[in-house]
Amino acid sequence: MEQEYILITDFCTSHNIETHFVMELYEYGLVDVIVKEDIHYIPIQQLPKAEKILRLHSDLDINLEGIAVITRLLNRMEKMQNEITQLKNKLDLYS
Amino acid sequence: MKFIDYYKILGLDKSASQSEIKKAYRKLARKHHPDVNPNDKEAEKKFKEINEANEVLSDPEKRKKYDKYGKDWEHAEEFEKARASQQSAYGSGGQSYSQSYGEQDFSDFFESMFGGSGGFSGRSKAGFRGQDLNAELKLHLRDVFTPHKQTLNVNGKNIRITVPAGIENGQTIKISGHGGPGHQGGPKGDLYITFGIINDTAFKRDGNNLYTKVNLDLYTALLGGEIMVNTFDGQVKLNVKPETQNGTKVKLKGKGFPVYKKPDVYGDLYITYNLVTPTNLTAKEKGLFQELANLRK
Repeated sequence: MEQEYILITDFCTSHNIETHFVMELYEYGLVDVIVKEDIHYIPIQQLPKAEKILRLHSDLDINLEGIAVITRLLNRMEKMQNEITQLKNKLDLYS
Repeated sequence: MKFIDYYKILGLDKSASQSEIKKAYRKLARKHHPDVNPNDKEAEKKFKEINEANEVLSDPEKRKKYDKYGKDWEHAEEFEKARASQQSAYGSGGQSYSQSYGEQDFSDFFESMFGGSGGFSGRSKAGFRGQDLNAELKLHLRDVFTPHKQTLNVNGKNIRITVPAGIENGQTIKISGHGGPGHQGGPKGDLYITFGIINDTAFKRDGNNLYTKVNLDLYTALLGGEIMVNTFDGQVKLNVKPETQNGTKVKLKGKGFPVYKKPDVYGDLYITYNLVTPTNLTAKEKGLFQELANLRK
C-alpha cells in the first residue's frame, strides 16, 4: 500500500503550532516522522493520532509525558475491549 | 427549558475565584474528555456540560449576567432591552453578547441567555472537534469472509467503506473524519461502526477458527476411506483413518476464517465426526452383524 505524507510545515500551519512541537512528539515516540531530502513529513495515517495529541495538549494542558502515558493506556484499553468482544463471542459458542 | 446550575456542574460555590473555576474545569475536562473516553456517549454529554459551564463562568461578562439573573434568566432579555434603551438615551451603547460566535453545540438555556454560541476560551488554538457518531451494521458471516464493500448513509451522506475480512461480531471500527463537522476550524469527529455478524451457516466461529460436525457412516469409520467435506469456501477431500471413533476431531489447517487485517492468513477448521449407524437393517445385514458380534465375544 502506498504511503502518503504531509509536510510538517503544512500540518503546523493548519494547527497553528510550532514545528519543534511535532519534533518533540517524534522524540517521545508519539508520532512517526520521516525525512526525505532534508524535508520532514508526517505519514497521513498518523494525522488522527497527531491531532488527538494536540487536543489533549491544548484542551487539557497535559504535558507530553502525560500524553505518552494516556496513549499507552488507551491502546491497552482498546486491546482489552477487543479481548472482551472475543470472549463474549466464545461464550456464544456454548449457548 | 430548565435552568442550568453551572456552579453545580463544576462543583463550585458562587464565590469561586477565576483560578478555582479554571482548576475545576481542568479536573473535570480531563475526566470526561471524549479523546480519553472513546465511544462513551455519557462522557461526551458531560464534557459538553462542563465546557458550557466553563464558557460562562470563565468569562467575567457572561458570569456577571448569569449571576445577576440566575433563576430569573427567562426575564433576562426583557431586562437587557430595558437597560439598553435606558443606556442609549444617555448616549452609551449597551454590551452586546452576539459578537462573532461560532456554531457550537450549547444547551437551549445557554442560547437563550447569551443569544448565541461562544467559542471555548481554552480551545482558541485548536477549535472544537466535531461530534463522534455511532452506527451499527449487520452483516452475514459469509459477507465478512472476504473484504466487503458497503455504502452507509450517515446523516444524509453516503459513505463507502470496505469492511476488512475477518471482522468479529461486536467489533467496532473507527472511520476517522466521518463524524459531525468541527467548529471554529476544529477537525471533524469520527464515525464508529459496530458490527453485528449474523451466523446462519453450519459453522461455529471462535476468533479465526471454525468448527463444524460431519456425519460419518459406520463402514468408513471402521474401515477408513475418503469423504468429501464442506469447508467455508468449498469442498475438500478428506482421508478417514480406519477405526475412527465417534467425536474424533480433525484439524484442517488454514481452512478457517480469515485473520482480520492479515491478508492470506487464515485460522483452522475443526471437524468433529458424528458417527451414523445404519438403520432399517435387512435380515442378511442383521445376521452378518451378529456374526461380527460373536467374533468379539
